[in-house]
Amino acid sequence: MIDTLAHASLPPPPKPHELATARAVTRAATGEAPAIRLLLIAAAILFLTLFLFAPLALVFTEALRQGVVKFIGALTQKEALAAIRLTLITAGISVPLNLAFGLAAAWAIARFRFPGKSLLLTLIDLPFSVSPVISGLVFVLIFGAQSLIGPWLSAHGIKIVFALPGIVLATIFVTLPFVARELIPLMQEQGADQEEAALSLGASGWQTFWHVTLPNVRWGVLYGVLLCNARAMGEFGAVSVISGHVRGLTNTIPLHVEVLYNEYAFSAAFAMASLLALLALVTLALKTFLEWRFAGELANGLRH
Amino acid sequence: MTDTTFEAAQKRGRHRRPRNVLPGFGPALGFTTAYLSLIVLIPLAVLFGWSLSGGVAAFIELATRERTLAALRLSFGGAAIAAGINMVFGLLVAWVLSRYSFPGRKLIDAMVDLPFALPTAVAGISLATLYGPKGWIGGFLADYGIKVAFTPLGVIVALTFVGLPFVVRTVQPVLEDLDRQYEEAAATLGAGRLQTVRHVLLPALFPSLLTGFAMALARGIGEYGSVIFIAGNLPMRSEIAPLLIVIKLEEFDYRGATVVAATMLILSFLMLLAVNLLQAWTRRHSA
Repeated sequence: MIDTLAHASLPPPPKPHELATARAVTRAATGEAPAIRLLLIAAAILFLTLFLFAPLALVFTEALRQGVVKFIGALTQKEALAAIRLTLITAGISVPLNLAFGLAAAWAIARFRFPGKSLLLTLIDLPFSVSPVISGLVFVLIFGAQSLIGPWLSAHGIKIVFALPGIVLATIFVTLPFVARELIPLMQEQGADQEEAALSLGASGWQTFWHVTLPNVRWGVLYGVLLCNARAMGEFGAVSVISGHVRGLTNTIPLHVEVLYNEYAFSAAFAMASLLALLALVTLALKTFLEWRFAGELANGLRH
Repeated sequence: MTDTTFEAAQKRGRHRRPRNVLPGFGPALGFTTAYLSLIVLIPLAVLFGWSLSGGVAAFIELATRERTLAALRLSFGGAAIAAGINMVFGLLVAWVLSRYSFPGRKLIDAMVDLPFALPTAVAGISLATLYGPKGWIGGFLADYGIKVAFTPLGVIVALTFVGLPFVVRTVQPVLEDLDRQYEEAAATLGAGRLQTVRHVLLPALFPSLLTGFAMALARGIGEYGSVIFIAGNLPMRSEIAPLLIVIKLEEFDYRGATVVAATMLILSFLMLLAVNLLQAWTRRHSA
């Protein structure tokens, strides 16, 4: 009796097809018609094809245009090997130094209060808004023949400009923010509770750093190092200004690409370029993997 | 008013707490500032010193030479146009990636960061070939009488490539976090889809669009590697400011080079300041 009354006072339950219509109406209100949807997707893909996929595809097709033998030949030339070696040495020096800087900066900024902190944060970001050419230029000004210490350096046989030290300095300048920018927000998010606990249990400062801090930020460190390394190996403008373009001596891979291209050795230029493109793809793959697998252990800031 | 809240009281309490127990502040901050000073700050100070070594009048004279002005106009104008293109298409890409699902979406999402990872010289020679008169795209456009490579248009193409990820990466997270309820409410109140996009979505996305624009702009102004291959580098026409620095340096005109560099730095600083002020203004007015 009560049942029938209750039923009588309620509107009949909606039938499945009515529910579907209601859902369709909501979708139409906060979404787009399928045709527009398709059009927008197509427009986005067209844009990305023109500016992203086509340039990438072209690097590999041009590199292999004259066959695999020529491709391998171009990569194993004496000057090509020297360029690869120089690029590895440059990244091998500058990335660890910027890693040390990033760890120190993150420790100071994310764990302590002090006046001028936001100024320091801004200054760490500065290299991102300085033209790479200027990043190379400043070291030419300091260490070049016309500088204050230039004559003294050359009298003592110390070569910085047009040599490895200059290339490394310019690379460090350009890649300085990468690790710090990842670690500072990450360590700020994590807070100092675990470190304070370790200290109160009697751990020393270094023990706390090695056994608590570093394991907590290891994926963030890897993430920052990955991006830092990609930029260090691929940097062109800054290194080009300071290297002097001595073939087989001060040419990194990107500089060697330029030399070959300007000599109309297009296939060889693209063969070298494909090495760097491959590095970029591997970097992107690893980066995507880290973001997917360890999202919670990375900073949620903007990716660079 | 907020001072009476529990959180504020807690915060004040935290202020009174004894100093941080963590060790290593001195060495960490010391190393950070020393490293930053040696690598970035002192070198930039030396640059400004060089640029002013002939006095302010000489600086202004060098900075306002016709060729310098043309190069600055191209670098700043080209970067602004490219950042504008990226604002429109970056929004489109962010929209498509966060709202729709289609095959290959994840791959495309990951590939958007390619310009961050691909060395500029590689992008440069590839774009120059692609948009050159015999390239896949350049050849097609040449049939319609459009020349891209070796013209100012080429500069814009290269800067669009370089700045592509910025707007996408700033807008995408905002779009994903945006509560659909606002759109539903607008629709319930009788707004058409376009009206909802214009009056509900765009205002909410505007600050992030502006951030992306500013970052793409800052990156484009200083860009060198990807541009010089496609630009043609004709003085007064397709010569960007960073290239002018390199040319002056090769002529051993150090003061000229530093004046162009210092002018670039000052102008980009003023531009970013303006964008920041605009952003603060929009945030105040949309709140």
